[in-house]
Amino acid sequence: MTVTVPARRRGGRATGTGLLMAAPALLLFGLFGLVPLVGVAALSLARWDGLGSVGWAGLANWSSVLTDGATWQALGLTVKVMAVSWLVQTPIALALGVFQAPRGRVRSLFAVLFFLPLLLSAVAVGLTWQALLDPSFGIGATPGLHWLAKPLLGSPELALYTVVFVIAWQFVPFHALLYQAGIRQIPTALYEAAALDGAGPVARFRHITLPQLKYTMVTSSTLMLVGSLTYFDLIFVLSGGTGGPGTATRVLPLAMYITGFQAHDMGRASAVATLLVVFGLGLSLLTTRLSGFTRMDSRQEGM
Amino acid sequence: MRGTPVNGNLKGPRIRRVVASAVALAAAMGLASCGTSGPSGSSADSSAKGLTMWALNDQTILKESVDAYNKDHPDEKITLRLFANDDYKQKLRVAFGAGQAPDIFFSWGGGALNDYVKAGKVDALTAAEANTDRFTPSVMQSATFDSKVYGVPANGLAPVVLYYNKKVLADAGVEPPKTYDDLLAAVKKLKGKGVTPLSLAANSKWPTLMYLEYLLDRQGGPQVFSKIASGDAAMWKDASVTKANQYLQDLSKAGAFGDNASSVGYDQGASTALLYTGKAAMEVMGTWEYANIAKAAPDFLKKGDLGYTALPSLSGGAGDPKSIVGNPSNFLSLNSSTKHRSAALTYLKDYVLDGSQVDAYLAAGSVPPVKDLESKLAAVKSSSDKAWLTFVYNLVEKAPGFQLSWDQALPSDQADPLLTNTDKSFLRQISPADFGVNMSKAAS
Repeated sequence: MTVTVPARRRGGRATGTGLLMAAPALLLFGLFGLVPLVGVAALSLARWDGLGSVGWAGLANWSSVLTDGATWQALGLTVKVMAVSWLVQTPIALALGVFQAPRGRVRSLFAVLFFLPLLLSAVAVGLTWQALLDPSFGIGATPGLHWLAKPLLGSPELALYTVVFVIAWQFVPFHALLYQAGIRQIPTALYEAAALDGAGPVARFRHITLPQLKYTMVTSSTLMLVGSLTYFDLIFVLSGGTGGPGTATRVLPLAMYITGFQAHDMGRASAVATLLVVFGLGLSLLTTRLSGFTRMDSRQEGM
Repeated sequence: MRGTPVNGNLKGPRIRRVVASAVALAAAMGLASCGTSGPSGSSADSSAKGLTMWALNDQTILKESVDAYNKDHPDEKITLRLFANDDYKQKLRVAFGAGQAPDIFFSWGGGALNDYVKAGKVDALTAAEANTDRFTPSVMQSATFDSKVYGVPANGLAPVVLYYNKKVLADAGVEPPKTYDDLLAAVKKLKGKGVTPLSLAANSKWPTLMYLEYLLDRQGGPQVFSKIASGDAAMWKDASVTKANQYLQDLSKAGAFGDNASSVGYDQGASTALLYTGKAAMEVMGTWEYANIAKAAPDFLKKGDLGYTALPSLSGGAGDPKSIVGNPSNFLSLNSSTKHRSAALTYLKDYVLDGSQVDAYLAAGSVPPVKDLESKLAAVKSSSDKAWLTFVYNLVEKAPGFQLSWDQALPSDQADPLLTNTDKSFLRQISPADFGVNMSKAAS
């Protein structure tokens, strides 16, 4: 809230143009973002099985969702996916970004290769990994790799981490790209000056690259955290649509889908969906607030 | 040097006002749309001239009946749309909710179909309208609610049977198990030989449920589940339900399903492959598995290595060992808001499971649920197919009861708790008694 909006006004004209220019985006956002949101909030107070008529449920859906242990278990799993994903993806993405940033033919070749998983649809990625991780017919069947012939997706202890691994496989390239772009924006003069002062590569990385990447890191982390809060498709495919084994990978979005489209309890599913929106909103506000992202002053002040 | 321009602050009062007005606008539009597009007044989605019909994409024989109908009725054709198994139910539900539903649709009967019946979305069919008397009565029960018929069977009988790899069993010196105790003994011997005794796609959860359905039917008899299906939630806590879970967990504890079952999904064909590649000795699965094996491993079938038998009996159980569980059939039902009722009835009456359809199903290794099939069975040419078809036909004919799969028989809001608790029981995350307690909670 540190940005002070200029108090001066030149009549309604400036406001009008601003509005006009923002109109297409706002219209689309309103139509496809806000309208469904309001609909979902309204539906969370209703009783509807998707077929019959809609009935008023009051707060029954909310009280049943909030008192259901399964909701909190799903939320716990979501937070776990979020935290583990962040811990796994950030260092790898940063390392890849550092590797990709300098120009060079080999580096760009690798950059292209690393980027490939991002181009595949989540369903394709999920089905491929499901086949690869099959203990009887997957990679575990390769001579020399028999130690991989474990029920990686089938054991309640391992399944969630396997899912996190596959998510990382798909999304690390994207975050590496963010870091690569961030690193390329750091003025070489900084490095040259530091080198003249006798700073080694490690010191340069710690004292120049990392601080300069602060906002890249904030962006990447926000996308990662909010993204994994709503992450659905890969987990759905990898667990055969059930969030199994047991409920070991049933994260909140998957619980919402199962409630809505398999149990056909649209009211409860809408309550879960509203919860997700609230958490997502809170989370992105929190990350931006904590990291000072909203101030977004230049990291190159004084250059 | 300049930093990159940043446009991230949604903070000024001006923007806040815009957002506020957008929200207000959105709210108004939302309310307006709630008023007009409610789930009332759904009409069948069909072009002016023809009908639409939805089915699963593996129903290639059913497709031929539509083709035959279309050939005879060029003015009022049926447009058939085929869907993958997994999301079909959701698609159909959403289509009905949105008033975009097909005139004729494919279902499993049971509780899921009853949801549509209760919502007034399906028309009852009289015996004369759809000639329903030609079908096996025990099968028709899955589509009969309040003694009215709401669907016509559209494909083969699908009881659950025990398949086995003859070669693997012979190598281990094991006879096909006739009782549960035989099965446990076979499990020990087969494990010693290093093969997985029972191939199970536990990742898909419903294959595990087949064990519970069978074990409960053997242990407590058919009345336990029929009471549950009629809404008696307390019946889940019956001792026989606990016992059935105990038997399942005993099998699992004995290593009957190997170490990897929970990673195996059915749709990828891995559990089938384990059986015909000899990595597993047996598999409990519906009769559709025969066609899957014939397609995936024709040589295995040709060599005569595939064996099949009824599910083992359970000593001390109240159920009849001749009883079967599974899916009696799939059904075609009529959307109550169709504008093409008479054309749809013509199709259901004269083209679904007519003589040529029956022949086509038999040729594919599937027994259609029609009466008096003996002469047709005797005329089947391939001897391995004939043995199989006769086995299935006799199994169903002699069965005193045919229990519809629980996940289809129960209302759809209980299907997920059922599958989840089945999986947890299989993984031994919950005790045998917990299963019933959890289910009775979910059902009440």
